[in-house]
Amino acid sequence: MIRFEHVSCEYEKGQTVLNDLSFEIQNSDSVGLIGANGAGKSTLMKVLLGLLPYQGLITVDDLEVNKQNIKEIRRKLGFVLQNSDNQMFMPTVYEDVMFAPLNYGMSREKAEKRTDAVLAQLGLSDLKHRHNHKISGGEKRMAAIATVLAMEPDVLLMDEPTSALDPYNRRIVINTINALPNTKIITSHDLDMILDTCQKVILLSEGRIAAQGNAKEILINRELLEANRMELPLCFSQKY
Amino acid sequence: MDRIDHAASELREMDDLAALSSPIHSLHPLAKLIVTILYIFLTVSFNKYDLSGLIVMLLYPVIAFSVSGIPIRTCFYKLRIVLPLVCAVGLFNPFFDRVPLLYIGNISVSCGVISMITLMLKGVFCLMASFILVATTTMDAICAALRKIHIPNMIVTLLLLTYRYISVMIDEVSIMTTAYKLRAPGQKGIHYSAWGSFLGQLLLRSMDRAEELYSSMQLRGFCGEFQYADVPPAKLIDYLYAVFAVGAFFLCRMVNIASFFGSIALGGSL
Repeated sequence: MIRFEHVSCEYEKGQTVLNDLSFEIQNSDSVGLIGANGAGKSTLMKVLLGLLPYQGLITVDDLEVNKQNIKEIRRKLGFVLQNSDNQMFMPTVYEDVMFAPLNYGMSREKAEKRTDAVLAQLGLSDLKHRHNHKISGGEKRMAAIATVLAMEPDVLLMDEPTSALDPYNRRIVINTINALPNTKIITSHDLDMILDTCQKVILLSEGRIAAQGNAKEILINRELLEANRMELPLCFSQKY
Repeated sequence: MDRIDHAASELREMDDLAALSSPIHSLHPLAKLIVTILYIFLTVSFNKYDLSGLIVMLLYPVIAFSVSGIPIRTCFYKLRIVLPLVCAVGLFNPFFDRVPLLYIGNISVSCGVISMITLMLKGVFCLMASFILVATTTMDAICAALRKIHIPNMIVTLLLLTYRYISVMIDEVSIMTTAYKLRAPGQKGIHYSAWGSFLGQLLLRSMDRAEELYSSMQLRGFCGEFQYADVPPAKLIDYLYAVFAVGAFFLCRMVNIASFFGSIALGGSL
């Protein structure tokens, strides 16, 4: 379980990015973090991962996010970056997927087995020995998810997982997310995708929680969304 | 293709070359590393007038290129920017060292000319040997070999990260030059008035990307030491290769083989 208690974060003195956030995410929940640009979604992810300092209390399975626990916490959390090019830094897909298991002390033999299993799970076995710079954007996004799944994290954090993907690859990513049993926290402006993948939603606005609850209830509330510089998901809009 | 994109693809081609398969590729990286280091050391140690002795050292890169299946012209093409610099090292020797060393017919060849050619050849041979190492071994495997000979982790990690970050930086340069060109049609290169802001932006953008990459590594358990490529234990063929190559290099260094065969060919006594 992830718990935020009165969490605030500021980059520079006086420039508050997160302001007194409190919420809980239960195990196996799928939570969408939505909000306009600059609302604090990415910052929230970063403080949870221990990449930014914060005030208040954040716990992951009752472990406080602090310097002492950071190694254990990060092992529980797998973060898929928005830009897959920044996630994939090894020469080949295979080496990239194997990077985390090896760093966590797994023997090479076991790491290879796990890598094969994860690539097979995501249908990426054909990419195994391909160079990262030679695969398409959609393949790269899936491979980036594989690099994180190889850690066997309890919680998957995803920053805009469907951005810059064509409809076909977007659907593949959505189906993949839905098939994963992990707890998931997904930030995105793609509200249709959030509706497809998340049961709960937290709507952020200027560093505060503007609303949280059932995804459908929030995403169908035009007034609430528009008041926070958002729009109804396309599937609910009656333009067409 | 844009020059920057071309540079990026050339850099990536090195990974493709290292992924080929040949007897040289399959040798243990440590054996190749030791052989290359010794080759460079012995090549550089030749006397500056010992041109005939040095010539024999060309055999190693030539054989290595033909066995690895990598054309020598690829090497010269990729090193085209460095080669003139290497060749320029001894350019002024003929002016400073004018003592005649030998005569070809009536033409005297000065010590300076010979030392210039020797220096050039030393540089070219060393570059060829280094290229054959890099083109037949992945950077990960080279780093693993360096760690095996106890080169400090910090230096090896720095080497590997520098190699990786070069392509990150080239990507950023490519994006920025494209953006610049699209708004400055007909202009050749980047106008000097934009150099300052261009470099500043490049630095900031590269730092941002480097930071994000590092975060990604940290979040996947990176604690400062890379888990390098799995280097299997050396086989008999690796030992044989190392011993034979090193032995041959020492032989070439100690005995002037070119003079030896030359004297035989001319029917002279040893």
